[in-house]
Amino acid sequence: MSDGTLVKDKLLSLQKQFRFQWEPAQESYVLLYPEGLIKLPGSSGEIMKLIDGSKSVDMIVAHLEEQFPGVDLKDDVLDFLEHAYGKNWILTDD
Amino acid sequence: MEKIGSLPMIKPKGPLWVNAEITYKCPLHCVFCYNPLDYASTFKSELSTEDWLKVFKQSRDLGSVQLGISGGEPLMRDDVEIMVSEASQMGYYVNLLTSGIGLTEKRISAFKEGGLGQIQLSFQDSTKELNDFLSSTKTFELKSKVAKLIKEHDYPMVLNVVLHRLNIDHIDQILEMAEAMGADHVELANSQYYAWALKNRAYLMPSEEQLRKAEETTNRFREKIGNKMKLYFIVPDYYANRPKACMNGWGSVFLNVAPDGLALPCHEARMLPGLTFPNVRDHDMEWIWNESPAFNAYRGDSWMKEPCRSCDERATDFGGCRCQAFQLTGDAANTDPVCDKSEHHHIITEQIELAQKPQPPAADIKPIIFYRDDKNSKALIEENT
Repeated sequence: MSDGTLVKDKLLSLQKQFRFQWEPAQESYVLLYPEGLIKLPGSSGEIMKLIDGSKSVDMIVAHLEEQFPGVDLKDDVLDFLEHAYGKNWILTDD
Repeated sequence: MEKIGSLPMIKPKGPLWVNAEITYKCPLHCVFCYNPLDYASTFKSELSTEDWLKVFKQSRDLGSVQLGISGGEPLMRDDVEIMVSEASQMGYYVNLLTSGIGLTEKRISAFKEGGLGQIQLSFQDSTKELNDFLSSTKTFELKSKVAKLIKEHDYPMVLNVVLHRLNIDHIDQILEMAEAMGADHVELANSQYYAWALKNRAYLMPSEEQLRKAEETTNRFREKIGNKMKLYFIVPDYYANRPKACMNGWGSVFLNVAPDGLALPCHEARMLPGLTFPNVRDHDMEWIWNESPAFNAYRGDSWMKEPCRSCDERATDFGGCRCQAFQLTGDAANTDPVCDKSEHHHIITEQIELAQKPQPPAADIKPIIFYRDDKNSKALIEENT
């Protein structure tokens, strides 16, 4: 379980028990974990797609800002990543 | 969405969760086993590897994402490796439910390589093994070895312990052993009374006092250990006054395939009379899930009787468990008698009253208890034919 807050310059990766994939039947990205499924519709799936162990929070925000110029998405991205970190879906490298 | 009565008649495209009971063969003889009493009748008709892969593929195409590989002891088959890797490549999250017997370094490496998601290790202390278990000898040594393998391969250590009258008072020792093994998650689930466990119910149901103490001990342990080990304590449903939302509703998310290919909406449904369960050898999964009469039998609420039919909680618990209703009242469409609105609720309260009475220690009741073994299963098949 994560106890602290999300550090923005550390690299993010998916928790090792999780599997992230596109589900045609759900028409959504999903996270699969032991005996469970979390649907990640819309932007949450797009953010999660960028978590591959090679990008930090800041890099993910920059990447998305480049992808969607002129959209103020920083707060939403941070909210989602903090949520995902708090739920232990993602980890930072230490 | 088609509506029958006032509950939506949900026909999801496919089951989210498929459980493959690949064999009922098992080296253990647990008195609380939920496999069917006549499990020995499936030995000669087990599905082949190709049959299983076909089932996985067809279900995956319907949107199934979770695959359980269980049994019996699934590791009694030597093709689990190929099932794991093929299913994982299809996009399943694959869960292996095992007693750990037969889990070797070679096999676990192959599972890891193949993409197995998690391993659930069950602690099967039948009364036969109770002493062994509590005195930390053979069983514990085997489990520790397996637990070490699981951790070495970077899996979380998920331990399932079935609790009952004969072991629940030793929950502190059970928890200490779980800690010594490095368990990350421990599920302390009281036995549910189906199949072998129903046969042995009188010896398995704990008293209220036992439950209270066990829950207290669990809470104390939880405080002591903190986040290092997660503990889940599940009381027997007989002690509730509303039934469990069994399987989240009949044919709603879960599909079980038995070793002989019978497709079932739960582990126990084979026992229900009047329904012809489809076999994966004869039908594809799409037909089985969406069209077969058996999978549609208890969807929605048109099948319900009173008090369920007019109950405002029917969308919460779906009237409970069809198999429990059948086992205890003789009619699967009756309200699960766990519900205190059921006219049959006295069946439950009578059992609970019985469970409050003292019983002789485990050693003295050995001859009466039914071990889940091939000899007993074959005898029960003969009795019923």
